[in-house]
Amino acid sequence: MQISFSINGQAQSIDIEDGNTPLLWVVRDILNLKGTKFGCGKSACGACTLHIDGEAIRSCSYAVKFAEGKNILTIEGLGSSEAPHPVQQAWIEEVVPQCGYCQPGFMMAAAALIEKIPNPSDDDIDNNIVNVCRCGTYVRMRKAIHRAAELSQSSNQTS
Amino acid sequence: MNSKVIAYVFLLFLFASIVLAADFSDPALETIPEASTERRVEINSAENFDKMMVVLMHKRCVNCHPSDNIPKQGEDSHPHYFGMARGEGNLGYEATNCNTCHQAENNDFSGVPGAPEWSLAPASMKWEGLSRTEIAQSMLDPRRNGGRTPHEVMEHLTEHELVLWAWTPGIDAAGNPREQPPVPKEEYIQAVKEWFEAGAIIPEN
Repeated sequence: MQISFSINGQAQSIDIEDGNTPLLWVVRDILNLKGTKFGCGKSACGACTLHIDGEAIRSCSYAVKFAEGKNILTIEGLGSSEAPHPVQQAWIEEVVPQCGYCQPGFMMAAAALIEKIPNPSDDDIDNNIVNVCRCGTYVRMRKAIHRAAELSQSSNQTS
Repeated sequence: MNSKVIAYVFLLFLFASIVLAADFSDPALETIPEASTERRVEINSAENFDKMMVVLMHKRCVNCHPSDNIPKQGEDSHPHYFGMARGEGNLGYEATNCNTCHQAENNDFSGVPGAPEWSLAPASMKWEGLSRTEIAQSMLDPRRNGGRTPHEVMEHLTEHELVLWAWTPGIDAAGNPREQPPVPKEEYIQAVKEWFEAGAIIPEN
């Protein structure tokens, strides 16, 4: 089965036997983009969160066949060392990660949130950021999301 | 022949004549089968109602017709994990919504169920905790059923992929098949159609 999509701005086409293969497996094992993590494998922890057409998606529960013609964004495409996304910049400023394993999923979820709600309240964060961090970095993440919203709005004003 | 034999034969012929004369086209007798037909329709309608409602009150349906805006999950109908709620548009919250996890098909890798247009039923269609007659009244009330006519309700109940997903609910995260409604799909569809065609009569209890 041939499946074509865009990932991090690059056109990509894969040939895969089972179209029901989780997108996460394709991203990590075929496209070798290791930033998106496998956590629980049952769409509960959010470590595998990436964006498809601008929406946060749990890629462990997303059959790759559904990616046909879609635009996929992973943590590798969110920003760069030279030009980090406001969420990445805020994560650095607030020194959010501890072990770091779950953080790409959190950052992708947070980026989707401030795209939808540019200035999220604590309730918005509680409702929308439901990923799991076993290191318990939630307090720092909350601060970082508010900071990311500030950075995002200031960059929008200057651009 | 003696007189006793003649009398016996006469009575026998008389009895046979009466039996043979009992013409079932007699209008007086025709009322019995007609009444039976009406009664049969009534009984069929009640049986069809039973079949329909035992499906619609099953957890595969009611889990997504909550009365508290919290979707339910699983065979025990527990509140949806992760604090998910109705949100605007019945699809959850802005950046974490139904389609964050649920796609157009069941996912047997993760055990996450899916079907086209996966969402909560609108808030006006709260069924959780209602009796079967209350649910049926709600279904037929255009103020609560999305402005549908009875025919449109019938079509929704028998054709919509999300409704019919109940018979292909997939497996859970542990690989266990989800429970299906207690009436086979084709039998349910026939019962629903017949119930509507018979006038959608809601029994008193």
